Amino acid sequence: MRIIQLNATVTDSNLRDAEALREQMKQNGTLLINLMSSPGSGKTTLLSRIIRDLKDLKLGVMEADIASDVDARRIEALGARAIQVHTSGMCHMDAGMTAAAWEAMEARALDLIFLENVGNLICPAEYDTGAALNLMLLSVPEGDDKPLKYPLMFQTSDALVITKTDSLDYFNFDLDKCVERAKKLNPGIEIFPVSAKTGEGMAGLESWLTQRLAAWRVRP
Amino acid sequence: MHEMGIVLHLAKTLDQTAEENKLTAIGRVVLQVGEVSGIMTELFTDAWDYFKVRHPVLKDSTLVLETIPAVTWCDHCKQTYETVKYGKTCPYCGSGETWLLRGNECVIKEIEAE
Repeated sequence: MRIIQLNATVTDSNLRDAEALREQMKQNGTLLINLMSSPGSGKTTLLSRIIRDLKDLKLGVMEADIASDVDARRIEALGARAIQVHTSGMCHMDAGMTAAAWEAMEARALDLIFLENVGNLICPAEYDTGAALNLMLLSVPEGDDKPLKYPLMFQTSDALVITKTDSLDYFNFDLDKCVERAKKLNPGIEIFPVSAKTGEGMAGLESWLTQRLAAWRVRP
Repeated sequence: MHEMGIVLHLAKTLDQTAEENKLTAIGRVVLQVGEVSGIMTELFTDAWDYFKVRHPVLKDSTLVLETIPAVTWCDHCKQTYETVKYGKTCPYCGSGETWLLRGNECVIKEIEAE
């Protein structure tokens, strides 16, 4: 027996897979966006709206769930390319699973791909999926205290989309307080309060997404 | 289950290490786990026992978990304190401008192998 010093983080192999996938996506000119949130925050509804609004772009969606294919069917009905991924009980997507889904999609001509991660504010934040952008959703009914309870999710996200703003009148959700709490954890985070139902705020989010796609294709 | 995902990555990394170093069997695996890494050690060991028999090089391995205490730094009064006891708020000055220094890692320190 001999001793081998490794001092490697357990997620090192995932980080390598993630970097490889990001590079592959970049070569291909496709922007992969990792969508993270609690179950029921409106990920599929938001995506449905974006698919309808950004008609000039070719969009794809990877639906990651523990079971069922209801979300993938909803997305395909709108004309976007969708693939359902089952995580076999796992609470998050990792880079290897994302790369396999990308392979299975066989859709190299897509502009934007949304990875709808498993509904969960904890574990998905710890795994790099290989996405170029991390986007998190927080819906008004969930409460403005979530940045205090799930700091890592807010720290790892490039943008926070506050959804269901059409319900602000019915809940004790303090928008300013929520923004302040999120910025305290992550000063650079972009924040978009939206209602996918009424369309309020969607233009800002969508123009940010198209800008990021252009930047992803320009940068060396 | 969170632990299962970590164990999968651990097994994958060790399989690769075995291949690169031409190892035939791995014995002790020393893992350093931070106090606030969110890893439940009992669940972790159970998941390990489930997976190790599925990897020939790992089948006789044993997992040794070492705990790394969590320490937070206060940016306001420039002191450190125990994270588990006081959380995000500095016990000396009450500031919330605090950052975790260590305690959320999960590192493979060393392995015994032949």
